[in-house]
Amino acid sequence: MQFTFTEEQLLAAQSLRELLQDHCTGTALRATASALQSNQPDPSGGTRRQELSELGLTPLLVPEDLGGLGLAPIDFVLLAEEAGRAALPEPLVEHAGVALPLLGELARQQPAARAPLERAMADRGWVLFADYGDAPVAWMSAADTVMRTNKSGDAQLFAIGDLKLQRLEGLDPLRPLAVTTFGGATPLAADSSPQVRAATALASVRGAVFTAAEQLGLAQRLVELAVAYTSERRQFGKPIGSNQALKHLLANVQIRIEFARPVVYAAAAALPVSGAPGAAARVRVTHAKLAAGDAADMAARAAIQCHGAMGYSWELDMQFYAKRAWALNAVHGDRNAMGRRIHEDVLAGACAIGPDRLFVT
Amino acid sequence: MAVDLKYSENEQALRAEIRAWLAEHCPREPLASFDTQAGFEAHRRWEATLHSGRWSMVTWPKEYGGRALNLIEWLIFEEEYYRADAPGRVNQNGVFLFGPTLMEYGTPEQKARFLPRLAAGEDIWAQAWSEPQAGSDLAALRATARRVGDEYVLNGHKIWATRAVYADWAFGLFRTGGAAERHRGLSYVVVPLRASGVRVRGIAQLDGETGFAEIFFEDVRVPVANRIGGEGQGWSIAMATAGFERGLMLRSPARFQRTAQRLVELYRRHAGACEPGVAAAVAQCWMDADAYALATYMTASRLMSGGSIGVEASLNKVFWSELDLTMHRTALSILGARAELFHATGDDSESTRWLEGFLFALAGPIYAGANEIQRNIIAERLLGMPRAVG
Repeated sequence: MQFTFTEEQLLAAQSLRELLQDHCTGTALRATASALQSNQPDPSGGTRRQELSELGLTPLLVPEDLGGLGLAPIDFVLLAEEAGRAALPEPLVEHAGVALPLLGELARQQPAARAPLERAMADRGWVLFADYGDAPVAWMSAADTVMRTNKSGDAQLFAIGDLKLQRLEGLDPLRPLAVTTFGGATPLAADSSPQVRAATALASVRGAVFTAAEQLGLAQRLVELAVAYTSERRQFGKPIGSNQALKHLLANVQIRIEFARPVVYAAAAALPVSGAPGAAARVRVTHAKLAAGDAADMAARAAIQCHGAMGYSWELDMQFYAKRAWALNAVHGDRNAMGRRIHEDVLAGACAIGPDRLFVT
Repeated sequence: MAVDLKYSENEQALRAEIRAWLAEHCPREPLASFDTQAGFEAHRRWEATLHSGRWSMVTWPKEYGGRALNLIEWLIFEEEYYRADAPGRVNQNGVFLFGPTLMEYGTPEQKARFLPRLAAGEDIWAQAWSEPQAGSDLAALRATARRVGDEYVLNGHKIWATRAVYADWAFGLFRTGGAAERHRGLSYVVVPLRASGVRVRGIAQLDGETGFAEIFFEDVRVPVANRIGGEGQGWSIAMATAGFERGLMLRSPARFQRTAQRLVELYRRHAGACEPGVAAAVAQCWMDADAYALATYMTASRLMSGGSIGVEASLNKVFWSELDLTMHRTALSILGARAELFHATGDDSESTRWLEGFLFALAGPIYAGANEIQRNIIAERLLGMPRAVG
């Protein structure tokens, strides 16, 4: 039993953080947002994608026999946190963390999925996994292929060009939305094998836990912005951050973050490399999504309050992090669905609980 | 190092050993409150029973009656202890506060003198920090220890001294320098509560019991050998103790996981009569208790690989104290009108237990450093916010 990240895991997260510090500056994010809004080429996106590609994160979770590194979800969780922290305008987490391992399993069963997998592994197009029904899906218009589960539980892979997309404007200006009409389109591949079903279930919980990790990163970034501003802004002859009202506001947010973080990490650690996740792991993932969502909501609310009227202005970069935090609440399991699952699994008695059951899988 | 959240074979064997021992030795019926004379002595006997199985001080070195368990193993012990609903630890001040302090700062003679008796429950320890004018601002304390030859002469008035009514010894801070020296003029001194010139007066708490007390010192003479650490070093030694207390060992997560489990079981029995919002509150309590446990495993792992306890102490203290209160309030809301029954027996003894727990939980955000002080520490030392001006 030990609960510490390896040097390699910490170093990988540090490298991503440094890269995103350079490529997700406020100026870069604004340029991307305005390009997305006007449907023009993104002036900062190309370099950013190139740099991300060179960091080599794409194949991390893909099995070794398919050309990947075969790593586990715990090896990706800190990277997702960094992507959140930076409000990254590319679907790196959805692509490398959620969809690719599933596409890998599909390609094992269905030769037609091999070419899309090879393109994705070569960073020539994003792959997405749309597991939340008819809701708008982010980055669909930027993707190469998308997977989903149809009503009878079969996994399907579509080329984006074969689908009808309706672009929609969302709150988060860095996360373009679209609703998709799947009906009538012919999938590139479809599969109902138990292996792909298990991989689909696993992709879904990876989505929840990595989204939670992104929210952790966002929450911490929002607190840091609020601390910086309240330390600098002076009223009544002193920094406003020297007032206990603001100290306690931000301390409360930090407490929520500190007690969400180990839940997110434990949830990631509870997930297998392949095969369907167990019931206890699913409960921990649900817990993680709720805890990180709460922390991010609180952080966004407090950060705006700490910035006063500035916090309500378009001019401030803080909006990117707050809006991403809110948008992610409904991604890979919204609060109501998650709360219902905790109710069914814990309160209704499906999962054993108690002091000796913390790590039962 | 890695994130490997599975117990090793040794850890599983330890758990089984603890479980079997507790199943055999744990009292079948709850003991009377340790804030009554009879209950105190019953709990003292339980400490001796624990000691006979070498389970009283599991993290202590073997030479002092411990098992030298590491922090993960300690968490396993605590999980089994609370799972078995074993009695509260009447010597908690000694086990988790004074003992570790003595092991770090005491002389070999002091360790030999105090630790074996502490481990066996022969000496039960109380703490004597606060004074009427020195609560959160502890460095303003006034009680003095005046050096006369080989002795200190203690004078002053301590208050809110937990367990002092029936305890044998107290550890506390006394001023050996001038008042202007604030925290630099303090020394850490231990004193027998039966010594001549010591007067203990119990203070009735919200629940009517005398869990804490005032201690009056009038020309109480103790040998200089009762000072732990150097003269004037009392503050830093006490702060190290406070770090232990708030940080990790005062409230192990298992305690709250067990309460959360009881809360879920209570909810299940009353689910049909509960308002919709109650389920969400119960679920939140269960999640927060588990979150505290996971955070503690992370801290324990970090400490075991060479880290030291820092501001986690303050984060933990705020989190568990508010969680404990929320869990009890939630339980009372489920119990409805019967939640008000006090000292009830029979079918209502469960609701009385929640009510007593609620009253006890109210103290949590106050003792071991008020939560407002902890939030200041979090804001200033972890977040780096500016200190108050003037």
